[in-house]
Amino acid sequence: MKLKELPIDVVPLAGAAPAFRASVPPAELRALCEQARARKARLVALWGSDETRRRAGYALHLALALPSGLLWLSLALPRKDPRYPGIADIYPAADRMQRACADLLGIRADDADSRKWLRHGAWPEGEFPLRKDFDSGARPAQQLDRYPFVAVEGEGVHEIPVGPVHAGTIEPGHFRFSIVGEKILRLEQRLGYKHKGIEKRFEAMSLEEGAKLAGRVSGDSTVAYAWAYAMAVEGAAGAQPPRRALALRAILLELERIANHLGDLGYLGNDVALSFGFSQFWRLKEELLRAHARLFGHRYLMDAIVPGGVARDLPRAEAEGLVQVLEAMRREVVTLQSIYEEHAGAQDRFIMTGQVLPELAERMGLNGFAGRASGVRHDLRVDYPIAPYPQLDPRMISHTRGDVAARVSMRFEEVFESMRLIQALVQELPPGAIRSTVPRAGSGASGVGWVEGWRGEVLIALEADGDRIHRLHPHDPSWQSWPLLEHAVHGNIVPDFPLINKSFNLSYSGQDL
Amino acid sequence: MYQMLKQIAKTGIVTEPAPPPDEALRATAQRLGEVILKHFGRALSIRHVDAGSCNGCELEIHAMNSPYCNPERLGIKFVASPRHADLLLVTGPVSRNMETALRRTWEATPDPKLVVAIGDCGCTGGIFGESYASCGRVSNVIPVDVTVPGCPPTPAAIMQGILTAIASGTRR
Repeated sequence: MKLKELPIDVVPLAGAAPAFRASVPPAELRALCEQARARKARLVALWGSDETRRRAGYALHLALALPSGLLWLSLALPRKDPRYPGIADIYPAADRMQRACADLLGIRADDADSRKWLRHGAWPEGEFPLRKDFDSGARPAQQLDRYPFVAVEGEGVHEIPVGPVHAGTIEPGHFRFSIVGEKILRLEQRLGYKHKGIEKRFEAMSLEEGAKLAGRVSGDSTVAYAWAYAMAVEGAAGAQPPRRALALRAILLELERIANHLGDLGYLGNDVALSFGFSQFWRLKEELLRAHARLFGHRYLMDAIVPGGVARDLPRAEAEGLVQVLEAMRREVVTLQSIYEEHAGAQDRFIMTGQVLPELAERMGLNGFAGRASGVRHDLRVDYPIAPYPQLDPRMISHTRGDVAARVSMRFEEVFESMRLIQALVQELPPGAIRSTVPRAGSGASGVGWVEGWRGEVLIALEADGDRIHRLHPHDPSWQSWPLLEHAVHGNIVPDFPLINKSFNLSYSGQDL
Repeated sequence: MYQMLKQIAKTGIVTEPAPPPDEALRATAQRLGEVILKHFGRALSIRHVDAGSCNGCELEIHAMNSPYCNPERLGIKFVASPRHADLLLVTGPVSRNMETALRRTWEATPDPKLVVAIGDCGCTGGIFGESYASCGRVSNVIPVDVTVPGCPPTPAAIMQGILTAIASGTRR
């Protein structure tokens, strides 16, 4: 079929998400991306694959979000010297993805920035872990990790290197600040410290086994990943989860959103010396986590979503109990919101700190709540509502100021909206089964999972080989958001960095894979 | 201000009793003498190192610092530098990209020191196992005193692991 937005032949993909596949010759990639960009298409992900065991060479894949859905583009590349014309000037977010692709598969873009990204010293240059002939059990000797940071020169400019082991309880990464006095001139990130071979691990798994690993790509988004994974498998295998399971999945996803926002609201208070906020929000979050454990058997809802449905039902009485817990919590959050808003010291630190203007956010592909805080109005639950969202009419919350205060406000408003959605879901919980059987996927079947997690859009692109995984790319929204953090800190003072960082709270594990 | 004070008074104290040490969590026999343990037991400084986790264990370490668990009442606090630490709380399978950083953090921690490995991945390598990118469990890289399994372990379990690390191995 023809796509409305682009002059290209596409094949619709089975599954819940509106998605299409198409192949494009490498020579036409740039022109197509330029057209897509002109039609406001967003770059969702870029990854590669080794097709040499399928009697081909390598392949580059792109996922673009168009008004009609997700377009999964594939480029066939030769076995010898797989290269393609880079697109980082069209989609700046592609830069790190292209470099990761070169590290893992030896598929190179012709772009200027050809520095390594996920490769540190764990494997030498010239070896590519995601190639099928790479032995995943191999332990190549550690190489010295040399990474050319961009040096800032000038009178009074000096550097502060931070990490990978940070001062707080956070994930590891390296931040190189170039500063004058207390003012940040430039921040350069070096990530990849948590690269633990997740994508290679998937390739040794069956579709059933992969669900558990998908739920551990980024622990705080386990529901979003598990749902995206299940959606991809169900699409590839042609399974249809029961309506009750879909409603329960949405309850789980909204609970995950509430839990993460509550925790971050606590830390945002803590980071401006309002430890009252930390104590209060973490008390509330703990109460929610305990409710999760009681109702779904896990404090973070891990393994609650499985291909075909959900692992555990929510009986009527328990569902009503959950609504009561949330209602009591909502009243407390209302009180805390007014305390935050009337606290001059906190607002003074929040307002106009770490600002990301809408134009830049749109250009760089910032998505999720941080994107919406900068006026980038995208939310998969609203733009491409899949069951059960169409009946709920979710409200898209957004701001235009794009500072810490806007991101704080987003979190409050999204907590309230998620509470409303859960209440509506419980009221109309469809009866019936919670899991359907998933047939064996055909050879060469592919599927897509695309879910609006609490941080932003999570994508799972799956190519199955019967009941095994040929290639699976889990894509975290943090890929797009990390570069924005480098911009958000410009002109701010170093002591505000933790606050700005927390207001985004990006995933290291989800990006490092 | 009135609203804040009212909220504090309304909340009261939610802190729960601390769990007792559990000898079953001990990976290697207690190496530290009674005198040191007595000091550690009154003011233990912890440095957390995420060596490659999925971030799930970090969520529970944060939750351990919530008012429900409140380790500071026992003299347990988290510090910003390994040079100030008595105990390293390590999560994750150790990614090979973090291997050197973890080893250096351990070396920077003054003796006598303790190491508690958190979570299934820290204890065994977990679902990520050992590979070209992962060294697996924490004890493959640095010596570990106590292991706390779970995916992720609850705040009470993490607290129990920490208290076990500073308990005399022969007390019970």
